[in-house]
Amino acid sequence: MNAIAFNKNAANVLVWVLLLAAPFWLPFVGGYTELGERIVVLGLAAMSVNFLLGYTGVLSFGHAAYFGLGAYGAGMTIRYLVPSTSAGLLVGMLVGTLAGALIGPLIIRLRGVYFAMVTIAFGQVFYFIAFRWNAVTGGDDGLLGWTRLPLNFGFTTIDILHNTRAFYYFILVIFAISVGVMAWLLRSPFGRTLIAIRENERRARFLGIPVDRHIWLSWVISCCFVGVAGALYALLNNFVDPRALYWTQSGDFVIMAVLGGMRSFWGPLIGAAIFVLLQDYLSSQTQNWMSFVGLFFVLVVLFFPRGILGAIRRKVA
Amino acid sequence: MTQLVLFNIFNGLIVGAFYALMALGLSLILNLSGVINFAHGGFLAIGGYVAFTLLPYVGFWGALVLSPILTAILGIIVERFLIRRLYGRDPLYSLLLTFGLAFIFEDGTRFLWGAQSLPFQVPIWLVTPLSGDFFFLTGYRLFMVFIVALAVAALFFILTYTRLGIRIRAGTLDLETVAALGVNVRILRSMNFGLGVYLAGLAGVLAVGQLGLQPTIGSSLIMPSFVAIIVGGLGSLPGTLLGGLLIGVASGITTVFFPSATEAVMYVMMAAVLLVRPRGLLGEEGRF
Repeated sequence: MNAIAFNKNAANVLVWVLLLAAPFWLPFVGGYTELGERIVVLGLAAMSVNFLLGYTGVLSFGHAAYFGLGAYGAGMTIRYLVPSTSAGLLVGMLVGTLAGALIGPLIIRLRGVYFAMVTIAFGQVFYFIAFRWNAVTGGDDGLLGWTRLPLNFGFTTIDILHNTRAFYYFILVIFAISVGVMAWLLRSPFGRTLIAIRENERRARFLGIPVDRHIWLSWVISCCFVGVAGALYALLNNFVDPRALYWTQSGDFVIMAVLGGMRSFWGPLIGAAIFVLLQDYLSSQTQNWMSFVGLFFVLVVLFFPRGILGAIRRKVA
Repeated sequence: MTQLVLFNIFNGLIVGAFYALMALGLSLILNLSGVINFAHGGFLAIGGYVAFTLLPYVGFWGALVLSPILTAILGIIVERFLIRRLYGRDPLYSLLLTFGLAFIFEDGTRFLWGAQSLPFQVPIWLVTPLSGDFFFLTGYRLFMVFIVALAVAALFFILTYTRLGIRIRAGTLDLETVAALGVNVRILRSMNFGLGVYLAGLAGVLAVGQLGLQPTIGSSLIMPSFVAIIVGGLGSLPGTLLGGLLIGVASGITTVFFPSATEAVMYVMMAAVLLVRPRGLLGEEGRF
């Protein structure tokens, strides 16, 4: 085993050990389990965005829409259809995927800033639907009157509603499956093709790769997992409101990916952790936390464009 | 009924003219520098608030003239010290930077002028209703259209006949050649950014006269301008103007028949345009 592969495995082991043990070490460093839950959920969203942004090289800025659709899908399923957490999660994922699949053909031929503009503008449709359709979505007040429910396996039940630790591990299992699938996809010939498109789209096209179809697939996969993250986010809060769909949320995901490092698999998770901690701290310290978050965006762009992992990798190399 | 529809079409044109004014500024910056200025809404809010502060000293007309100029100066400063560093890099970075600026501007206006909405006094003769039947058609709305028309005419005049305008248009097509011909592209981009932000500031003064002052005024108005640009076609200023008017009219008509879809209809229009003609109505083939 060469040094790089060893480093990679060591990093993977480190991330998983930290994540698995989080409920035990978080209280010692002044955190709490819910903070860990938020980091894992938003980290999953940022990693899904990065599947498209970092690995396919497509500038998507509108992922909040599919995140929010996942959240509403989960919340509304539990509220109106089936009182089951897993059904909510499944529907949330499907809604996000389906919306992505339908919007996809309209945007996959666009590139660069144009792609960013169209994706963020499309996101607003879902925001206005959630905002205006009071009777079903609860409008501006959000979707209330539901909670996540204990998991029922037939032979045993796990109370993820009251037991925060159990809920954290529930989230972590979903996270592991999603991240595992994404990693597997990225290692497959399909994933390598996506990276080829990122590096040189024209050459990929000349080699006979159906570039538009690959970008569509990558977009749908990304929307699917961001939908999962959205559904988990709704379950975490026992609440959804239209702000989960608002365009500023999309920017948060992108800055998480950039801050952690777009070219690395775990980067967005690290970015999400920093972002969540910072927001948590700032909003408890000052009313003007928005300015600081904005300033943070500016500073990251000016001084940390490669992200934390990118900077570390550069130093090592 | 016909009367109501007609009135709403007219109303939509007014709103559309306003979207177009804001979108033209965005479009100018996007075409020359490839930067999506998310902070455009923030500049709009600043234009409004500066006008509010100036009002007691220079009156409405003074504020209408001065505030956009001050906003443009702020825009040029921002371009000089922040955005200029990002030209030639992945557009992602300028996007994120202006995104952060939008947060700072919105929160900054809230910090300086307070979160509650403030009234903006326009001259009495402008707010008197013009017609008894359509009580909400105030003179101010017509005045807005007049100013927008004037600004758009002036913009197209500048772009067609002045040296600066001709250089901006040339730079939009091929910036490298323009630079090779001895034009200082840095200054050109700065002036162009300032011009775009000037339009945002002007739109801000007009908007607060109609809607009052709120810190969130910018973030609620930026998305329609995006849609206007996409519908009209990237790279085409007449397209942006057309796009703005079209989405305004579409929202106006939808208000009559299906009021809760008023905001959503422009996105449906955008989807239709992208489906049939991905480059937008007047956009050039293969530019983006």
